[in-house]
Formats: sequence, C-alpha cells, structure tokens
Amino acid sequence: MVAYDTKDSEQVLLTGEGEMICDEGSHEYKVWNVVHKRGRVPIKELPIRDTKSLADAKMLKELMKRQLVKTSKVISYSIRKGSKYAKEMPVEVTDLTADMLASGDWKTANFKPYNFKTLGAAQNAGALHPLNKVRSEFRNIFFNQGFVEMPTSRYVDSGFWNFDALFVPQQHPARDMQDTFFISDPPRADRPRPDDAAEAAMEEMEKGANMLFGTAEQQKERKPRDYERYWNNIKEVHQNGAFGSIGYRYPWSEDECLRLVLRTHTTAVSTWVLHRLAEDPRPARYFSIDRVFRNETVDATHLAEFHQVEGVIADFGLTLGGLMRFLEDFFAKLGITNLRFKPAYNPYTEPSMEIFGYHTGLGKWVEIGNSGMFRPEMLEPMGLPKDLKVYGFGLSLERPTMIKYGVSNIRELLGHKVDLNFIESNAAVRLDKN
Amino acid sequence: MPTIAVDKAELFKALGKEFTTDEFDELCFEFGIELDEDTSNTKRPVVDGVEEPPQLKIEIPANRYDMLCFEGIAMNLNVFIGNTTLPNFRLSAPSNGELQTVTVKEETSKIRPYFSCAILRNIKFTQARYDSFIALQDKLHQNLARQRTLVAIGTHDLDTIQGPFTYEALPPEEIEFSPLNQTKKMNGRQMMDFYEACQTPARSMSRLVVQWKDKHLSKYLPIIRDSPVYPVIYDSNRTVLSMPPIINGNHSKITLDTKNVFIDITATDKTKIEIVNHILVAMFSQYCEEPFTIEPAKIISPHNNESREEPDLSPRETQAEMSYINSVCGLDLSADQICKLLTRMCYKASPSKSEPDIIDVHIPITRADVLHQADIMEDVAIAYGFNNLPRHFPSKSAAIAAPLAINKLADIVRLEAAMAGWSEVLPLILCSHDENFAWLNRADDGATAVRLQNPKTAEYQIVRTSLLPGLLKTIRENKKHSVPIKVFEASDVAFKDTSLERKSRNERHFAAAWYGKTSGFEVVHGLLDRVMLMLNFLNRDEAVAGTNKMKADNPQYWIEEADDPTYFAGHAASVHISLDGTSHVVGSFGVLHPTVLKNFELPFPVSTLELNLEAFL
Repeated sequence: MVAYDTKDSEQVLLTGEGEMICDEGSHEYKVWNVVHKRGRVPIKELPIRDTKSLADAKMLKELMKRQLVKTSKVISYSIRKGSKYAKEMPVEVTDLTADMLASGDWKTANFKPYNFKTLGAAQNAGALHPLNKVRSEFRNIFFNQGFVEMPTSRYVDSGFWNFDALFVPQQHPARDMQDTFFISDPPRADRPRPDDAAEAAMEEMEKGANMLFGTAEQQKERKPRDYERYWNNIKEVHQNGAFGSIGYRYPWSEDECLRLVLRTHTTAVSTWVLHRLAEDPRPARYFSIDRVFRNETVDATHLAEFHQVEGVIADFGLTLGGLMRFLEDFFAKLGITNLRFKPAYNPYTEPSMEIFGYHTGLGKWVEIGNSGMFRPEMLEPMGLPKDLKVYGFGLSLERPTMIKYGVSNIRELLGHKVDLNFIESNAAVRLDKN
Repeated sequence: MPTIAVDKAELFKALGKEFTTDEFDELCFEFGIELDEDTSNTKRPVVDGVEEPPQLKIEIPANRYDMLCFEGIAMNLNVFIGNTTLPNFRLSAPSNGELQTVTVKEETSKIRPYFSCAILRNIKFTQARYDSFIALQDKLHQNLARQRTLVAIGTHDLDTIQGPFTYEALPPEEIEFSPLNQTKKMNGRQMMDFYEACQTPARSMSRLVVQWKDKHLSKYLPIIRDSPVYPVIYDSNRTVLSMPPIINGNHSKITLDTKNVFIDITATDKTKIEIVNHILVAMFSQYCEEPFTIEPAKIISPHNNESREEPDLSPRETQAEMSYINSVCGLDLSADQICKLLTRMCYKASPSKSEPDIIDVHIPITRADVLHQADIMEDVAIAYGFNNLPRHFPSKSAAIAAPLAINKLADIVRLEAAMAGWSEVLPLILCSHDENFAWLNRADDGATAVRLQNPKTAEYQIVRTSLLPGLLKTIRENKKHSVPIKVFEASDVAFKDTSLERKSRNERHFAAAWYGKTSGFEVVHGLLDRVMLMLNFLNRDEAVAGTNKMKADNPQYWIEEADDPTYFAGHAASVHISLDGTSHVVGSFGVLHPTVLKNFELPFPVSTLELNLEAFL
C-alpha cells in the first residue's frame, strides 16, 4: 500500500575516544598539561559535533585513521501512496483448493507468488542401497549375456571346495590364520557329497535351457558325479601329480582339507557348479554376486567382508584373446573402455591376467579385476574333458562403486557405519552413462 | 605378494640400459611383475649422513621364488629382453676330488627329517651382495618355507669348520653352543628361554645383552620347543653349525670377507628343500670365482633312502603340445617360434625329433613354479605379449539366463519395502556373540550359531543368526538423522546344521526397524501386511471378518501375540503362514524391550520385524 524511496547519506560521528578528546583534550594534550605546557587540540575546533560532517577530506581521513571519528549510515524514508493503495489488508491465498473451485473464489482470489527458488516438499521416499543398485546393473549385464546365477547361499564351506579342489596347496599363504576365517564350531566338514538344496536350485534354473537344447539322448548320457573319485583325484594331483601335472608333491592332509572356513571367494561355488557340469560337459555360463570373507585388518580400503562379482564361461576351443575380448565388451557396459591385461599368478588359473582400466579421474591405470583360464589340475579331476576350457573372472562390487561415487573409505559404503543420508540421496545407477 | 626393493642404478646397469620410470613400469607390466614405487623423487632415509640411493620397489608373484632378490630380477629381465640366455649352472667338484660329506642320523626323522646342502667356492661378497644374500634367505623363510616350519636355511664360513659333518637330533640339554651374535654358551633349553625373553624384555631372566633384532626369532620357537630332541648340525670337531630352524652358531657365521660358503638346509618337506637349494645357488653362484659353478656335497642318509649328492642341477625335462599352446593362445606359431619365445622365459626348448606336435622343454632349476604344460603355454603367451594376442571370441555357446530363485524373491521384497518408504542398509554378516544373543535378550543353546576360530577383533565372533543386530547398529550410528528412521535389509543369516556336508546352512531373511519418538508398532505391522499382500498372502483374520473373500487354498497369514524376551511384553507377535495346507511360523515383530534399546544405546523406541523368506520360495 505504501511505497518508499531510500535516501542514503553519510554522517560523521565521533568515536568514544574522539568524544573524550573533545571533552578532556587529546592524550598528547594531557601529557602536555602534566609537564605544565600549553597546547591546542585541532579536533575541538572543528564543527563535527554540531554538523556531523567534515568537509576537509584529508583531515577526515587522518581522524578516522586515529579512530577519533567514525562514519555511520543514516537511512530515512519518504512515504507516498502506492499503485495498489487501499485502506484494508487484502487476503493473500497460497494454494488453489477444492473449496475455491466449488465456490468460484479462484476467479478473484489474490494468489501469493510462488517462490521458484526453493526445493519442493520432501518425499516420504524409500531407497535401495547404492551397492545393491550397482549389483542390479551387473545382474542385468549377466542376464543379457545368458548367464545362469549360481547358488551361493553358503557362507561356510570346507577347505576342499574353497581351496583343495581349486588346486590351492595346503601350505599356501591364503590358508593362513592371518588371511582366512576358520570355523571352530561346528568343527569339521564331511567329505564332498550331494547337496540337495543347491542341486534343486540349479535344476530349476536350467529348466529353460533343457527344454530348448536338451535331448533325451543327452539325458541318458549324463554320467552321475562320483564324489569318491573326485576326492581321490584331488588328493593325487596335490600329492603326487596327475593329469599332466607334477603336482605340489607334499603329504596332503585330509584334516586340513575338511576344515571349515568362511568362504574367501565365491569361486568355491563355481567349483561346485563346474563339477556338476562334468555330468554333461557342454558350453555354459554362470555368474554370482555375493558376500565373501577375509580375515583382514580393517582399514579404509579393507573390510573383513565384501561382495565378489564372478563370471564363469565354459566352452570348447576358448582362447586367451577371447577372454580379453569378452572382458573388453563386459567392462564397456560399465563405461570402462580402455583395458590392459597383465600376466599374474593365481593358484587356480593359468594363464592368469589382472585387468587394468585407465582411470581418467586419477590419471593412471588401476586394477579393476582378475581373470584367467582355470587350471587343468582343477578341471580334469572333476571329470571335465581336456578340451573344455573354462574362463573365470572376478571383481569386487565395492571397488567400482567406490570409484563411481568417489567414496574413499569402504566403511562408508558397507556395514553399519554407513550414513543413511548417503543411501537416501544417492543417485540411480546407470553404469553405461559416464 | 612379496615386494622386493632393488637399487635402481644397479639394476639398470645390470640390464645394460637406462629406463624412464614409465618404460620400466611397462616392462614389468608385460613380464607380469609390478613396479610399486620408484623412490627417485621421494625423500629417502639417510644412513650415516648418506641418503639411500633411489630404489625400485617391485611386487613379485607369490610363486616366483627365483625373483625374490636383485640377482633374480636382473637375471629374468635380462633373459626376457634378450640380452642373454639363462646361465648354465654346473657342478664343480673340489680339485682333490673329495666331496664334503654330511651324515644324517636316524633320530632326525623324529623332528626334521630332510637335509640338503651346497657349497659356494671363492665367492666375492660386497656389502650389497651380502645384504641381498641375507634378505633372500629371509624372503624364502617367510614365503615358501612358511615361517621356517617347512624349510630352514643356515649359511656358514666353511673355512671356520671342518668336515665331515653330521646332522643329528639330540635332547636340548645336550646341545651347547653360542648362538649367532652371542658370546655366551647356552644349551638348547636355555636358548629357548633366552629367545622367549627377547620377545618380552621385561621378563628378561638374565643380564645377557638382549639383541633386539633377535626378537623375531621367538615366533619360530614353537616349531621344536616341545620336542624331546632338537635338530643340530655338527662339524668333525663337534662345533655346532646350527640348531635349525631357530639359529646358527656364532662360530661359523659368514662375513663380508667369507670366501667359501657352506649352506645347510633342513626341512619337513622334501619338495621344498630342493627348491630352496636351487634358488640359493642359482642366485649367488654368479659371484663365485668361476661364475655359476656350485660344489656338491655328499649326503649319507641310508635310513630313509635319502643318500645322494646335492645339489642336483639338471633341468626337469618335459614336453608340451604345440597344438595345445596354439589353441589356447589363438595363434599359429611354428615349433621354432615357440622355442624362441620359451628361451626368453628361461627355458631351453627344441622341437621333438620323433613327434611332430611335441616340443621338448627343459625347465631350469629356477622355475619351480612350472607344474604343467599350462604354465609353459602361459609363458609363451607372456613372451608373445598378452596384449598382442588375437582377440577372437567364439560365438558357439548358446545360453539361457536364469536368476537364482531366492535372489529373485528377495529382490521383490526389497523393492516393495523401498516403495513403501523404507531405506535399505547393508550391515556386516559377522558380529559379536553378545550383539546376536545377550543384547537381544536371547540365550545361545550352543546348537545355533557358527563360531569363528581366529577373529582379529571381538566384533567378529560369530555369523549372525538374525538381521536385527545389524539394523540396530546402523540406527545407533545414525542417531543424528531425523526421526523416524525406517530401515530394512534382505540378506542371509547362517545356522549350524550337522546334517549337511558343510555343517551349516544359510537362510534368507528380511528385517525392518522403525526408530522414532513413538514406538511405530503399527507402522511395522503395516509393512508386514504390505509385504504379505505383495507376496499374494491374504490375512486370515481379516477374511474371517468378511471384508475379504478367500478360497480355502489361498495362501494365508496371521499373527498371534507372542511372549518373546526380545520384545516389550504385550507388544510382540509371531507371524504365521498357511501354505498348501501346512502352517509355519515365519517370523516375528514387536516393540523392542527397553533393555535391548539400552544395550544398543538407542534413546527412542524401536519396533522391528524379521521374516524368514525361504518359506515363500
């Protein structure tokens, strides 16, 4: 209703010290007085107290420097009638309501302008965990390429499946107390034997493939697994050498083999699945994404638990270059296009390759996964034919997620110390987009 | 993986070429070792007023025992880049033709049965070579020898001792000598106490000068401590060479001036004792007056048929199939090309004279890692260059994808919970015993939880049997978050199950927790109803009340008030389902008991729900 114009001017005021000097004389004057000499204080003669201004700019600067005067703003308003001048306050409405629609008040209502610079109302939104969002992306990539998910619902496994069957010698450092969680209770595993639950899960998943590709003859040709023979083969290939290998040549211990451990990799399950494949050796693709355990000292990049992403491809006539080609395509779907492969050592793959991707943010090559072709000493004791080759590759779910979201401490991503606000505000995962 | 630090200038001198850091990094990458660090541009430690020369820190694969020292890295890279071929290691008997002998006494079979040895004549040590020799023994002890349990090495100045030697096993009280770097004589038993005390100087039992650097020896004591006999090696004057695997005698210790080195090796593993012998002599015989010659010694060990001359330097002869190598590499190399590539990886290879597809391969004593033709094939691929291999991917395999049923089910429940406004969390699967039992007012019957044998902290004692501890800990760490907090998790717990091969089984659970100023009981109840509705289960009681028409065979659920110490009395229910005519209890929900809240340091009320999803498969 009322409009106003602002007129700014500046006035000069004495500071407390300035006032004091006006009343009592300057510090110098007081000193002068003490030594019984006379003096003059220029500030006293100036009209500052009356006019609240000082024309002499140089003098003003000098006084301000000495903090004898200061300036302060004086704001005054001149008021006149505005364009919407009225004698009553009009009602401003904030929202269009059902009542207004019914009454027709919306036609005359005075709507308050909407503030377009603020956020909208908070949603009562739930959220999925960032790691599981990345997991979904990986699962989709695997499904699109025909991979069957492996039954990984077993955290506890025996040394046999986790190590011995993978041709990891019993004295290997990975089998140290420093690296692996051993189980004290229950005390010991049984020798390998059929696992009905995992069997049923696999049967269910392979139904589709059996319907499409399976023939009655193939079903007949299926030779059931011989666990006793598998066990003896593993002992032989470690202790004395077999299947074209000289073996590790050490006294192999059944006790060590049947110790229970928290699985250190999901490859323990891949091994079980590949042994199952020996009933009917054929091209096959398997994957899993699940939790694994290492007895690590916890720090910014290590936790005692993390998720392993693992893929397995079995086929006749596979080449090492083919694995690189597959991985180049696989990682391209994650937005990583420039790969290099470094020869590496892994007890159960030969050749073994570390996968390096160029990280443009860090400006260097970073290791993003491990891969290789499973050793004959692992595959042939299962009863798989010599010419069936098997690729294996793996990476952690955490590492690409940490790189993607710039998380530097793994404890901010997995475990109970994760910030709920981070989970709730984390963007949807589109690994193919940047 | 072991990391070996080598003098940068010395290595480049040995390779006959200066590399930039990037060039050397590239060479390592192609060969399959990893340049961890080049210390040229970092601040290096100053010793006696001199800054340590720039080093290259190189990570070596765990099975390449022949690259655990400067000499081995230089040798392998020189051969790889084609500067040279692997040296011809050979035996050289002493001029008088009389070999040193070591007689192994039968008693040693009770404690450390295997013995091996070798002699390096007229060796010339420098400080760097000497340090490398000591460091290599240490690396071998740590890695291949599993902290000396499998193999232990002793090195001696041969000119201070007098053969023939004996390897014996005697009661500790009967073994008396001054151990390395000590002047006082001790018997075997006293030595145990002495080195035990080195570990804990406060309990030091004597005024003996405790050498702090011998502290590390205490960890080897248990290998023989409780044995009635200790292994010991004597010369002909009953001078003790060493008491493996603990310590050498001070008398025969090697110095920079030592000319002739006697290496003793004792072991419990027959294969690894030879690997250690081969690696030591292959790496250091180059410093002998006549390089790459090793003087053998005779071992007399009739009781276990281990009498022989050591070391045996003959390469292992094996064969590899060209067709196998070519098919896995995706190449079409000739026999000569394959042989040429293998030479760069330290093999001697030649096409078989009798069989067209076969390459005869001599595996040198340095390459104990080669077990199968797969290893030879990989070396062909490395020499060819992994990144140069042709990239054909066979498109033969047809496959049909399928998700694991339990994962598909859990994903449905996860999505429904998130759509209902709950946030997913991922706590750890390992937890403390208290968190899983006592803090939830639950008793452990001893037949439920899987217990860990060797956790590093009390945080990881068992595999959880409930998702509740993780949810409650997550809330505890997020108390600054606005209330209410609504979190859930769908993941595995594990139980002991003695009927199974692995004595344990996982179970997929779904759990949710509400934390706020009010109990949230009805909100958690509502989530249960929502999840059940989405899984196509109808509420039995609601149906009875007539608001909902239900067929008899429709999957149903209902809840019953439950007496459960985890929950506040009168505010807890068990969840029941009826499926195909049988009913199961699949979980519970309720307001947590105030003592539970106190245990988890939660000032506001919490309601939780936990379901076993396996029943819905």
